[in-house]
Amino acid sequence: MKLITAIVKPFKLDDVKDALRAANVQGMTVSEVRGFGRQGGHSETYRGAEYKIDFVPKVRLELVVDDSGVDAVVAAIKSSASTGKIGDGKIWVTSVDRLVRIRTGEEGPDAI
Amino acid sequence: MDSGNIAWVLVSAALVLFMTPGLAFFYGGMDRNRNVLNMLMMNFYCVLVVPIVWVGVGFSLSQTPFDNDFIGGFDSFFLKDITVAGDGMSLAVVAFLGMFAAITPALISGAVADRMKFSAWAIFVPVWSLLVYVPVFKWVYGGWLGQRGSIDFAGGTAIHVNAGIAALAAVLVLGRRQSAPTPPHSMPLVMIGTGILWFGWFGFNAGSALAANGTAVQAFMNTFLAAAAAGLVWVLIEWLRDGHPTNLGAASGIVTGLVAITPAAGYVSGPSPIFIGVIAGVSGCYAVRLKHKFGYDDALDVVGVHFVGGLVGSLLIGFFANPSFFDGAFMEGLFYGGDAKLLLEQAIANGAAIVWSFALTYGIMVALKKTIGVRVSEESESGGLDLAEHGETAYHG
Repeated sequence: MKLITAIVKPFKLDDVKDALRAANVQGMTVSEVRGFGRQGGHSETYRGAEYKIDFVPKVRLELVVDDSGVDAVVAAIKSSASTGKIGDGKIWVTSVDRLVRIRTGEEGPDAI
Repeated sequence: MDSGNIAWVLVSAALVLFMTPGLAFFYGGMDRNRNVLNMLMMNFYCVLVVPIVWVGVGFSLSQTPFDNDFIGGFDSFFLKDITVAGDGMSLAVVAFLGMFAAITPALISGAVADRMKFSAWAIFVPVWSLLVYVPVFKWVYGGWLGQRGSIDFAGGTAIHVNAGIAALAAVLVLGRRQSAPTPPHSMPLVMIGTGILWFGWFGFNAGSALAANGTAVQAFMNTFLAAAAAGLVWVLIEWLRDGHPTNLGAASGIVTGLVAITPAAGYVSGPSPIFIGVIAGVSGCYAVRLKHKFGYDDALDVVGVHFVGGLVGSLLIGFFANPSFFDGAFMEGLFYGGDAKLLLEQAIANGAAIVWSFALTYGIMVALKKTIGVRVSEESESGGLDLAEHGETAYHG
C-alpha cells in the first residue's frame, strides 16, 4: 500500500477529482494549505505600502492506494493538475505500514 | 411646527448612529483577523458610554448657557428643562448631536489598534469626550472660535481635526506595535463599512441643516460629489503610481472626501464639492505615507484620513464659501469675492482645536499609562486581543 500525497493549484481540484474518479479511486482527503516553492509569493500594495505575501494557497490531496494502482493514480493527477506553468505542485509516494477501516476493523488492502 | 424638519432630524440622527458600526467594519476589515473583535468593540463601546455621558453632562456643557465663550453650563444636566413642548426639536437636537459625540472618539480607535488595553480605552473614551470633545464643540459652535467668524457646518474642525490630532497624540504615548503591520484581513468587510459610512454621512452632513430645506439638499449633493471625486482620484493615483486600482484606495478616498466636505457641506455649491474632493483625495493619498517617513504607528491611518481630510476641507472653505447661494450670514471665500479673513479664521479655529486636543489627549494618555497602563502584555499582543481582552474568536475553524 502506498500513500500518495499531491500539492496542486486550488482551481485544478475539480479536474483532479474527476480524473481520479475516472481512475476508480474510492476516496481521498483534501486540505487547503499554504506554502512556497519555486513560484515564491507575491506582493500587494495597500495605501502605497507594499506587503510581501510569502505563502501561496494550494490544495493538498492524500489518498492510499494498492501498490498496483500507484502508476495510474500518479499519471491521472499529473495530467489533470498540469497547466505547464510554474507552481503546478508536486506528487510524492510513500509506503504505508498499516491501514485500518474503523467501521469494520478490516485491515490492509481490504481497508482501502 | 414643521413636522418635515423633525422627521428629517430624527432620520438623520439614526443615520449618524449607523456610521459607528460602519466605521467599526471599515477599521475591523483593515485590522488583522485576531484583533477584529477588539476593533469592533472599541467602536461599539463608544455608542454604549457616550450617550450616557452626553445626556448626563456633555450636552449641557457644550451648549447652555450661551453667555460664556468657552464652556456651557449645568442647566441641562440629565435633560433637565428640555421638554417636547412645541415641535420637540430641542430634544431631537440633543439626540442628533449625541450621535456625533459617540462617533468622534470612535474615530481614534483606528490609530491605537492592535495594542491598546481595553480597560484603558474604556476610561479614555468618556474622559476624552468631556475634556476634549465638549469644549472644542462649544468653541466652534457658539463659542469664541465661531464668534470670530470661522465656520464648521457638520464637524470638520470639531470632529475630524479634533479626533485626528488626538489619534496622533495617543499613538505617540502608546508606542509602536511589536510586529510588522499586516495587510487588511477582510477587504469585503472594509467595503461594507465604507458603504455604511457613506450612507450614514448623508444624515451627518445634510442633517446638520437641522431642517428639511435647501441647505440640506445642497449639503446632501455635496456629500455625494466630494466622496465620489476623492475616491476616483485616489484610485487613479494608485493605478498610475502602484500599478493597480485597489478597493482600499477607493474606500480611503471616499472616506477622505466625506471628511473634507463635512465642514463645508452647507457653505459650498456648484462644482466646488468636486474640487474639494479632488484636493482632499490627493492630499490623503500622500498623507497616509507620512507615518512611514516619521515613524509614528497610526495603524489604520486616522491622521492621514481624518486629520488631513478635515483640515484640508476646513481650510478650503476659505476659498469656496459662497454665502449668496445660501443667503447665509457667513463670510465669502476668496473665490467668491471675499478677502483672506475667512481663511485666516479657519486657520485660527483649527490651530486652537489642534493645540487643545493634542495637549489634552497626550495628558490623558500619559495619566493612563502611569496608572493602569495603556498597552496589553506582549503575549496578548502577539496572540491577539480578541481572545486576550474579550474571550472571543472572530473566525472559528
